[in-house]
Amino acid sequence: MSDVLAVAEHRRGDLRDVSYELITAGRQLADAAGGDLHLAVIGGDVEAFADDLNREGVDAIHTVAEGEEFNHDVYAQAVEALFDDLAPTFLLAPNSVNGLDYAPAIANRLDLPLVSDVVDLAYDGHLTATREMYGGKLETTVDIDDEPLAVTIRGAEWPPAEADGDAEIAPFEVDLDESAVRSTVTGFEEVGGGDVDITEADVLVSIGRGIEEEENLDLIRDLADALDATLSSSRPIVDNGWLPKNRQVGQSGKVVTPEFYIAIGISGAVQHVAGMKGAENIVAINTDPNAPIYDIADYGIVDDLFDVVPALIEEFDG
Amino acid sequence: MKVLVTVKEVAELEDDFELSGDDIPEEFVEYDLNEWDDYAVEEAVQLQEDGVADEVVAVTIGPERSEETIRMALAKGADRAVRVWDDAIEGQELLDVGAKTRILQAVVEEEDPDLILSGVQADDDSFGATGVSLADAIGFEWAAVVNDLELDADAGVASVHRELEGGVEELTDVEIPAVLTIQTGINEPRYASLRGIRQAQRKEIAHKSLGDLGLEDVATESALELTAMYEPETESDATYFEGSADDTASELAGLLRDAGVAGQ
Repeated sequence: MSDVLAVAEHRRGDLRDVSYELITAGRQLADAAGGDLHLAVIGGDVEAFADDLNREGVDAIHTVAEGEEFNHDVYAQAVEALFDDLAPTFLLAPNSVNGLDYAPAIANRLDLPLVSDVVDLAYDGHLTATREMYGGKLETTVDIDDEPLAVTIRGAEWPPAEADGDAEIAPFEVDLDESAVRSTVTGFEEVGGGDVDITEADVLVSIGRGIEEEENLDLIRDLADALDATLSSSRPIVDNGWLPKNRQVGQSGKVVTPEFYIAIGISGAVQHVAGMKGAENIVAINTDPNAPIYDIADYGIVDDLFDVVPALIEEFDG
Repeated sequence: MKVLVTVKEVAELEDDFELSGDDIPEEFVEYDLNEWDDYAVEEAVQLQEDGVADEVVAVTIGPERSEETIRMALAKGADRAVRVWDDAIEGQELLDVGAKTRILQAVVEEEDPDLILSGVQADDDSFGATGVSLADAIGFEWAAVVNDLELDADAGVASVHRELEGGVEELTDVEIPAVLTIQTGINEPRYASLRGIRQAQRKEIAHKSLGDLGLEDVATESALELTAMYEPETESDATYFEGSADDTASELAGLLRDAGVAGQ
């Protein structure tokens, strides 16, 4: 048997989308390798979570009623115990901020090879994983000859499992070593509030690393004014402190769905795209013709923003 | 308190790169300090300036060429550096997380730090896993994707914010000794001063082979084999506006006007 053990993710009372995507990826892998798909759900209202996770393709769901929120020390112990009990061939976790907070630790203590941020999987006697390198400029395939092994999957690469299932749901008792729990979650904080809500805008003029210097932001502000649009940005602009956090579009910022999203000097890293791919129309202005932003753009101008933007302002103000 | 910062020289590809088979020709590659590590170095140097850290040591796995990059960390204020390199490492096309962990674990055993700061991920291979794997290997507590840090050295607690998805931060107290993986934006990395650059020339970068660290060649063996590297197929079905900037701006303006979103 080559079973798959996938670990669901939840936060503040809700399962996260990637949990259902893990089911799809896990089922594919289990079918290819000839095994069962086991799910683990750890902490929170595990029984309600298990009911939600009971989708087609899941053979068994193991509920570990320990704690409310994610704690990596609890997760690591619980998954280790499940691994000992079930002896799966593959451990699947989300490549999320929390996934990356426990999967590498489990891989280390169980001596599993780890391949992270995987966008595709194939199995033919050994696992072949597809993953990006160099900020998405290259794709690679990686073969892993050792088993068992651990994989973290990128979100939104597999469709979510939707149909109802008939998995066996059973509680799993973990003899938790409390002395090994050496970090404590004390709360959560929402960031990015303030004067403007970019999720409400019909037109966003969004600026990225291509702007080069803080002084140049005025050019983009002028464009936003000329178009009566709202200014937003990709991560580096906020990291540099040039715009406040409430302007950031992307995985760790806001998810926006405007009528027009004008991406200027934005390469289109996956973390950014996660926040704006739902826009009705996407316009990209970037000097790099290979920038991934063009994969999702509806309209493109491959040119220097410092030439195009002034000309565009001229069109409306001239 | 002694702080160890893991740093990596990463390869960045030029926009117009072309692959030669599975290889990236050198002419398209620029080497730089990994962006996340730049923030980790800054965080460590600030701890030193605040009197919390007595010593900041940068550690890297990299060839001789990477000393230039590592010296940037020294110029910004790290006290000294350790560079691990060996023919056995050079022979590996891809160092997996396990191999990096074994090598860094040996350095930690020699250096005996109280706190380790690493970048969330490296910009080139983007595994995003070495810091947490290392923490588990050396028995340290850890926190991944930290974008705020308050250290109470007397109480032995690091109060951190972890940057979760969707504009939510998790507030967590982490017992020290710990490994924290540092997210971009946690601080504003300084530029090295001329004085810093001069001082860095005199700071030590100690080269260590596997043997120096008591490791065998087998420590570098990776379970992962890179079997192909290619440019992702473009899925673009965008309409491109071509011509001079005036032409393309005019076409885009027409589109926006027609859609009724501007210039009404």
